[in-house]
This record gives sequence, C-alpha cells and structure tokens, in this order.
Amino acid sequence: MSDTVTMPAGAPPARHTSTSSDPRGPRPKPFFTPKKIVIYSILLFASLYFLFPLYVMITTSFKTMPEIRWGNIFAPPIEPTGEAWHKAWFSACTGLTCNGLNPGFWNSVQITIPSTIVSIFIAAVNGYALVNWKFKGSELFFAVLVFGSFIPYQVMLYPLVMLTREMGIFGSLWAVILVHSIFGMPILTLLFRNYFAALPVELFKASRVDGAGFWRIFFEIMLPMSLPIFVVAMILQVTGIWNDFLFGVVFAGTQNYPMTVQLNNIVNSAQGSPEYNVNMAATILTGLVPLFIYFVSGRLFVRGIAAGAVKG
Amino acid sequence: MADLAVQQARKGRAAGGVSRFLHNTFVRNLSAKIAAAPMIATVLVVFIGCTIWTVWYSFTNSRLLPTGDFVGFQQYERLFATARWNVSVWNLVIYGAFSLVFTMVFGFLLAVLMDQKIRFENVFRTIMLYPFALSFIVTGLVWQWIMNPTLGLQGTMRNLGWTGFSFDWLNNPRMVLFALLIAGLWQGVGFVMVLMLAGLRGIDGEIWKAARVDGIPTWRTYLSIVLPMMRGVFVTAVVLVGSGIVRLYDLVVALTDGGPGIASEVPAKYVYNYMFGAGNIAQGLAASTMMLLTVVIIIIPWAYLEFGGRGRRS
Repeated sequence: MSDTVTMPAGAPPARHTSTSSDPRGPRPKPFFTPKKIVIYSILLFASLYFLFPLYVMITTSFKTMPEIRWGNIFAPPIEPTGEAWHKAWFSACTGLTCNGLNPGFWNSVQITIPSTIVSIFIAAVNGYALVNWKFKGSELFFAVLVFGSFIPYQVMLYPLVMLTREMGIFGSLWAVILVHSIFGMPILTLLFRNYFAALPVELFKASRVDGAGFWRIFFEIMLPMSLPIFVVAMILQVTGIWNDFLFGVVFAGTQNYPMTVQLNNIVNSAQGSPEYNVNMAATILTGLVPLFIYFVSGRLFVRGIAAGAVKG
Repeated sequence: MADLAVQQARKGRAAGGVSRFLHNTFVRNLSAKIAAAPMIATVLVVFIGCTIWTVWYSFTNSRLLPTGDFVGFQQYERLFATARWNVSVWNLVIYGAFSLVFTMVFGFLLAVLMDQKIRFENVFRTIMLYPFALSFIVTGLVWQWIMNPTLGLQGTMRNLGWTGFSFDWLNNPRMVLFALLIAGLWQGVGFVMVLMLAGLRGIDGEIWKAARVDGIPTWRTYLSIVLPMMRGVFVTAVVLVGSGIVRLYDLVVALTDGGPGIASEVPAKYVYNYMFGAGNIAQGLAASTMMLLTVVIIIIPWAYLEFGGRGRRS
C-alpha cells in the first residue's frame, strides 16, 4: 500500500481533508443515540436468527420424547436428561447397524488426521517450490490447479471412483484420504505460496550461499518461520474435512462412513417413529469438533477464512 | 513442448545443445520438480484428465460401466427432456439468484453495522460466524427439526394459541426452496460478512474524512465511494458463493432429500443419483458436464476482470 490515496473520479480535492484546523473538538457522545439504538437492535435481532437453532438443538437434546410431543420448541427441558446423548453415541441405528455415532466419530478422526497432515505438507512444499525454485511451467501448473478448484466435484467424481478402484483402495479410508488431499491442494498451495513470497528473499539467498539445498532450506529456514500459516491451514483443513459428506458417502464404503454420513442416516432412516432428542444430540455431537476448533482458534479462524477466500 | 525442443536444439551447438536442453528440463531444480510432482500429477490426472474423461464419456451410452458406443448428443437430448433435470436446473436458478442477492446484501449490511465502532464486536461476530464452522448436514438437520410441521415452530405457535400460524414450507412444493434458503443463509451470511468487514477495514480513513468535510451523507458515501472501492471483495465473494451454489448438495440431502416429490431437486443430486443409484453413468456424466459448463460461464468473466484487467494496467 502506498501513502497516496487514489481517489475515484469525482472525489473531493485533497485540500479539504485538513480537518485538524476544525475549531470544535470531538463532542462527547451520549451512549444512547437513536443511531446506536437502531444499530444494536438490528444486530440483536440478527443474533436471534443465528442463535435460535443452537438453542433449539441443545434444549431438544435434553428433553424426553413425551416432553417433545407436548410441542413447545422454545421451552427449556423440564427434567433434563442425558439419555438421548447416550443413545446417540452408543446405540442409535445408522442404517443396518445400531452402534450409534461413535464408530463414525473414529472413522472421521482416522480420515481427518492423515488428510490434514498430507495435504498441508504437500501444499507447503509446493508453495515453497513455486516461490523459490520456479521451473519452466511451474506457474502454469499452479494456475491450472487454482482454476481447477472451481470445477464442481461431481465432474471428477466418477473418474476418481474408477481410479481408486484400479488402485485397489476404493471403499476404504485410504480413498477418502487421497481425495481430500487432492481437493485440499489448490487453496492450501495458494496460501503457502503467498506466505512464502512475503518472507524476505535475503534469507533464502544467504542460505543458498551457505550451501544449503532445497530440503535443508525448507526444513531449517522456512518451516520454523511459518507456524502462523500452518495453524491457519490446519483450521481450514480440519473443519473442511470433518464437515465433508459427499466424498465420505462415495468413497469410504459402508463400514467406514464418516460421522456426517452416519448422522444423516440416523436422522433420515425411515424405520420407526423418529426420536428427535436423539437426532439433535447426534447433530450436536457431529458439530462439536468444528465448533471446538472455531471457539478455540477465534481470530485465527477468521483469518483462515479470509486467507482461503483470496483465491486467484 | 516439441516446438520448444526444436528451438532449444537450434540455439545450441548440435548435440551439446540437446543434452543441455535435457539437463535444463529434467535435472536442473530436480528436488523442486520432485517436490512438485504430486501437484503436477494432480493437475494432469485429476483436474485435466478426469474432466476430459467425463466430457468424453458423456457422449456415449454407458450404463452400468463406462464403456459403450459414441452416441453424440443423445444423452443431452434425454437430459433436457427429463422433467426432473429441468426442475433441478430451475430450482438452482431460483435458489441461486435469491441466495446470491441475499447473502451479498445481508453480508454487506451486517458488515457496515459491525464497522460502526460498536461494543461487543467480537461477540456479535462470533455469533454470526459460528454456523459457518458447521457442516451442511448439521445445518440441514437442525432446520429440518425447526421446520417440522407438527412439533417445530408451527406446532409451537399453534399450541401457544396462534392457531392460524403456518410454517409448513418443507411440505409445500412452492415454498420448499425458501426453506432451503433460510438454512443456507444461516450457514453462509457470516462468512460474507467477515469478508466484507475486512474490505471495509481496508479502506483508508482519509476518504471518510474527506467525504464528511464535503458534507456527503453517509449512505451516499457508502453507495458511490465505498462500494466501488470494494469491487474486488465483492467479486471474490460472488465467485465463492456462486461456485458453492452450483455444488449445492449436502444441504438438500439433509433438509428435504429433494422433496416433496421433486420440488427441491438440484443438479448435483441428479448427477449423484444417475451415477450411483440408477446405474446410468452416461446420463450422470452429461448432467455433470452441464454443471461444469455453468461454472466455466461464472469463472471466465471473473478471470477476465481479474487477470485481463491487471495485465492491461501494468
């Protein structure tokens, strides 16, 4: 950013900006101006819309079925019980088996951890190579990669099914991990490329002069300096992979369904009368991991979103 | 590639040039090339290869397996003669238009309000953004419960004495898209708000002072100065939200499963069902090729604005 402010056409000339000679100092403002009241009311009203589902989820999950049939979703539970949570975790039916969500939880863990590590490592190395070790065609590959990330997954779904089948991993966790690593690559590579490009190039040159090679510079100079971007990438990947449904349902195979798929099966299976309290407990359980990350990481989550959004 | 090789060979002195060319292409920066191999493979095999494969086989009559004869545009003719596909496309157009306009407008308005030096900014931001951390499946299921006609909001209001209250959008073919919209906005508005807020914060304070000194009313300043300056943020937001809309799938599966009837079917679901349910692969591939076409139509003007424009300026 340069110091000169570029004015759009028709903007006032610069001499008007000297407000320091203004005779009046800032007037002390009362807190309850009409403007403030309007702003806070709108924000509070919006907050109700955003918070209402969370409130309903939590209260419903602690109610008993008779209480739910009584029919007031606003009412807090009269005699709160954790039974629904127990059932959602251990014994709710997800299709043919009735083991609750906990196998799905472990499947999701087994998918998320390696996918996150692999995709971040590959993307970090790519970003580093793209900044410091450009070769003929590297920029072109990168451009195609970024544009490719806009292609709807459905377009590449069937060929990938065939590919994983050929590799003998279709219907296993490995297939899901591979697919997540592939589709995590564009945004993460972009993220790391931009980050490494902002580091002072002298660092790189000095270590080159000292005789360090590709990997040594990466592990000893670049990695130790890039903790913030690693955290951001981790937040993006863990929430993204945990929340995935499509790849899980296509590639994992019935035994390995991740939590989101099992959750959908619990709620939308047609058998018997639906137990809304169990459904809501299961829903919260599935959302807990990303919510935990969101609340713990706070500002970093926002930064991760903003960083992931500056594609291109 | 071949052209390059010829050029290089001509430039070099006979055999020495060729070997230097080979050296440059394969050996120089070898570690970097090895490190970039996964990316190169992904680009060639997945993003280019798989896409070409899909487009190619959409012109065959493959059913259970992707073999079959070349049949020209037959799959596409069938696609556009299928009521379910046409409903799907139309649904996506309506949902997409409303979703795009509302996320942009609400996102921007909320960002403007958040930018008024308010107290508890962090609290408000946390509240608006947390749904974005949740999956579409979770979002869909929560709203499915709230919009449950007997026990959800409608039943509650009726029990409380407002017997005429009606909120049965999930069972109403004409309103079901708006049920999707409520859930979709709940999940995504916070994200756009954060982008817009970052954009607003990036605008130089001097501009605000200048406008104030000139006596330009605040709303005018937003409309004719700030909005044009935030063009980049808007374009980014539109492209991200837009390519998300084309992919719309999980939310529909969790909230309505395409129902009632086929009233809330979307193209992504059509693709999935024909590929993995109905055993008519070529039909699913043709449908997904149409999705690809839609995205290309969204992306090209954006790429032109972003990269074409930048090229001219420099």
